[in-house]
Amino acid sequence: MNSNPKISNSPAHHWNDRSIELIIGQLLRAGVLLSASVVILGGIVYLTRHGHTTADYRTFHGDTSPLRTLAGISHGTMQFSARAIIQFGLLLLIATPIARVIFSAVAFAFERDYLYVAFTLAVLAILTYSLLGS
Amino acid sequence: MSVLLFTLLVLLGSFIAGFLGSLTGLGGGVVIVPLLALLFHVDMRYAIGASLVSVIATSSGAAAAYVREGYSNMRIGMFLEIATTVGAIVGALIAAHVSTSTIAIVFGFVLIYSAYLSIRTQPPHPVNEPQDRISRTLRLDSEYPTPQGAEHYTVHRIPLGFSLMFGAGTLSGLLGIGSGAVKVLAMDQAMRIPFKVSTTTSNFMIGVTAAASAGIYLARGYIDPGIAMPVVLGALGGSMLGAKVLIHARTKILRIVFSVVIVALGFEMIFNGFTGRL
Repeated sequence: MNSNPKISNSPAHHWNDRSIELIIGQLLRAGVLLSASVVILGGIVYLTRHGHTTADYRTFHGDTSPLRTLAGISHGTMQFSARAIIQFGLLLLIATPIARVIFSAVAFAFERDYLYVAFTLAVLAILTYSLLGS
Repeated sequence: MSVLLFTLLVLLGSFIAGFLGSLTGLGGGVVIVPLLALLFHVDMRYAIGASLVSVIATSSGAAAAYVREGYSNMRIGMFLEIATTVGAIVGALIAAHVSTSTIAIVFGFVLIYSAYLSIRTQPPHPVNEPQDRISRTLRLDSEYPTPQGAEHYTVHRIPLGFSLMFGAGTLSGLLGIGSGAVKVLAMDQAMRIPFKVSTTTSNFMIGVTAAASAGIYLARGYIDPGIAMPVVLGALGGSMLGAKVLIHARTKILRIVFSVVIVALGFEMIFNGFTGRL
């Protein structure tokens, strides 16, 4: 359907949507596989180093964890800290749907569907606020 | 319990949760939080943090398979994500200001309601409804494949659907779940979108919705790598296996059994919330 010159305002835009959706599906899967691989790598290091220690998650200590910020996670990953590597993988996972939204904005722009470019950018702004504003 | 044993048991539990969640369409997140909190005595904040990240993994992992079927509607998804992401931020902010017991009680009621939604018989959509003006302006109407060829559908009651989506996002951010049941309710029942389109589009939206509260969870230290690692990997593996065997499974009986489990967990959560044990 790529040879079809009519883009939006015709039934043809469903076909464009379809191919974009297929690419997005692959993008999401690649993101999940990449982040899962990083989590597995960190998990193996974590279990070899700390597997024999006692697990206790009854009380919450998260508010003092260094792995709450991007700086803390990247610093720990550089030091090859197992927990930081896992957290980095989880961060990649959180970034995967955000990458999908960015890709959708570009795709809608190619379709010259500016209403949906605006909607997508609104979602992106909300996601950015959540990640950076907190 | 040693870290190794804890990791293996949580991995196994999350695998089963992801497997059953994907087979029944209820999602694994609804069982993972009670599993961690009630069985492993994990603090509620760590439990919802790990669950939320696993929800992103399972929904993104399933997306490739869903789009191949050609049901999902990207425009409906993107438009409604404005409501779910704002809701998710509101939910995550509320989570920081209420006690874990309150979250446990709300969680219990949501579990029971989700089970009810999944076993009740769906009232059929009314036929020949007039076309909706907002839907036409937003170009939400589309078509989906059926054995008889492509069938056209129109979208209705958009303000109601949009408001319900805000609620679904709030629950997702508050409880660390995908709230797929409420999203499907909003699209299928309120907006009269065909069921298959509703469920696949809902799956698409779950990841983005969860990502909106994940940033806040991360900054508050709810996401602990030691718990999230086995939960994410287990739920992801379980849901991928579930998607593979979905065609051969007798989901009706399974759905009823799983609903009973969810109701039991719901009462357990409410009880533990009221007695202050969670």
